[in-house]
Amino acid sequence: MAPETLAFYAFGAVAVVASLLVIAQRNPIYSVLLLIASFGALSGLYVLLDAPFVAVIQIIVYAGAIMVLFLFVVMLLNAPHEETEYDERVHPLLRPGPMRFGALLALVLAGELSWALTRSGDSGRFPAGAVASVRAIGRSLFTDYAFPFEVTSILILVAMVGAVLLARREGRG
Amino acid sequence: MVPLNYYLVLSAMLFAIGTAGVFVRRNLITILLSIEIMLNAVNLTFVAFGRALGSADGQIIVFFVMTVAAAEAAVGLAIVIGLFRHRESLNPDSWTALKW
Amino acid sequence: MTPLLIAQIVLTLFVFFMLLNSAAVMVYVERKVAALLQQRLGPYLVGPKGVLQPLADVVKLMFKEELRPRAADPLLFALAPIISATAAFAAFAVVPFGAETTLFGLLKEPLRLQVADVNVAILVIFAIGSMGVYGIVLAGWSSNSKYSLLGGLRSSAQMISYELSYGTAIASVLLIANSMSLTDIVNRQAGAWFGIIPRWFLFLQPVGFFIFMTAGIAETNRAPFDFPEAEQELVAGYHTEYSSMSFAMFFLAEYINMVTVSAVATDLFLGGWHGPLIPESFGWLWFLVKVAALLFFYVWMRWTLPRYRYDQLMAFGWKVLLPLSVVNLLATAAGVLYFGA
Repeated sequence: MAPETLAFYAFGAVAVVASLLVIAQRNPIYSVLLLIASFGALSGLYVLLDAPFVAVIQIIVYAGAIMVLFLFVVMLLNAPHEETEYDERVHPLLRPGPMRFGALLALVLAGELSWALTRSGDSGRFPAGAVASVRAIGRSLFTDYAFPFEVTSILILVAMVGAVLLARREGRG
Repeated sequence: MVPLNYYLVLSAMLFAIGTAGVFVRRNLITILLSIEIMLNAVNLTFVAFGRALGSADGQIIVFFVMTVAAAEAAVGLAIVIGLFRHRESLNPDSWTALKW
Repeated sequence: MTPLLIAQIVLTLFVFFMLLNSAAVMVYVERKVAALLQQRLGPYLVGPKGVLQPLADVVKLMFKEELRPRAADPLLFALAPIISATAAFAAFAVVPFGAETTLFGLLKEPLRLQVADVNVAILVIFAIGSMGVYGIVLAGWSSNSKYSLLGGLRSSAQMISYELSYGTAIASVLLIANSMSLTDIVNRQAGAWFGIIPRWFLFLQPVGFFIFMTAGIAETNRAPFDFPEAEQELVAGYHTEYSSMSFAMFFLAEYINMVTVSAVATDLFLGGWHGPLIPESFGWLWFLVKVAALLFFYVWMRWTLPRYRYDQLMAFGWKVLLPLSVVNLLATAAGVLYFGA
């Protein structure tokens, strides 16, 4: 097997297993850490796809910023487990009732996706050349995508104001 | 190189895992994490398709998705903190009333 | 195996051992400089002038008992120092520290004095640096002690806040250099203006350098920003519960992070291995001198300035340093646009 194929399987396996464990985990701290492992594997896949810039940004933004935020909130709330008595006894993935319906929906989605993928005929080989340079991405981002770019800045501003307003303690200030 | 379809299948698996997490788990933080898994699965498809089409557009969309994910995490977690202060619980079933 | 590959492997191992050694040297230098500044002798018993003191410290640490609080999370408690040390070592991998060399004609192709040549090197350093936060947060949380938790929370909040200014200061250098590869950035700083002033980005970016060093000190949790380990309030911060070698790993990580920040600052602002008098192939000597000067500055700062208060630190980071770095970035962008880089 070519080293690249091997790397694909290795990263893919890490991503899938870590993601599965994220949702099978009772302790949110471990969930967050496993998700970081999954993101690391995804960033490896981006390198395989000739997108090193996205790979590094993935680590900086997701692992370095968003996940730290999650970790912070989990630590601050200090509520490591799902608390009701019921949750203590049964593993979250094995509960009956509406949850089983949810699992069914997820299975249906997985089935649909795999059906759609197997229907597409050609195996989709990648062309030889790759657009990887930061320069090309930057040029495109600030010309063709200038408007969406500016809109995201407004989105961030709104999110910032919203987060501050929501997390502020009531009755003060 | 590994064919495009492999990446799409992997991404589909991740997306399904994320969806399952949202449906199955009863913990607000895990649900938010599952949404992150879904967003990342979509990112993988974008980069893979962008590579297949030989354009930078796929990677650029990923940056927008990341921005939205960051905004979503910030606001989502702020809401979780607010809710936790009210009920001392992370179970979404604790908030069945629209107003209290 | 080609000679070049062998040389590369040797170089990697060499960098690894030099980083380990640098921590030992820094321990000694820190003690001696502290003694100098406080008019005492410092270590003098072990070896001539006490130079073997770091060795004695290591032996002492090795023979200590490895303690773990009963309430601690065993897995994460063991993992946290490993994450810290690994992130510290990994970040240096993309830092170039000398011009290409053939080792006096020993090799056919030139060897780059850099463990891994990545064209987005500066972002890689940034990414690995942001992974270092996890070691500290997890150490704080998994110890299950209030001092550790508070230390961990403080330190991670501090690192996240200062990372913004740190990144913005780097971005203004990238604007001038018009490249993300550290090797390119260093090579842009070769030569001199008017034959006297070296073409260092320090002179184009004095504010950027100030922001970078301030944020760098905060990133490495050094005095006067060493709140995570403010002894008077938090015992030893996030590593209160650690002992023996796992404590040594945090210690090691702190010193190696200092070395990395100084090395990156040298590459970005001080012209890397370029300097007068010495031929280019021995440029790493200049690099060593500059890094040593910055490290001395670190130690000097620690023993001269009192520690800030935590709210002062946060206010300084968000209300002074970040706006300053944004204005600096805008001014740099305008300058590059006007003068055409």
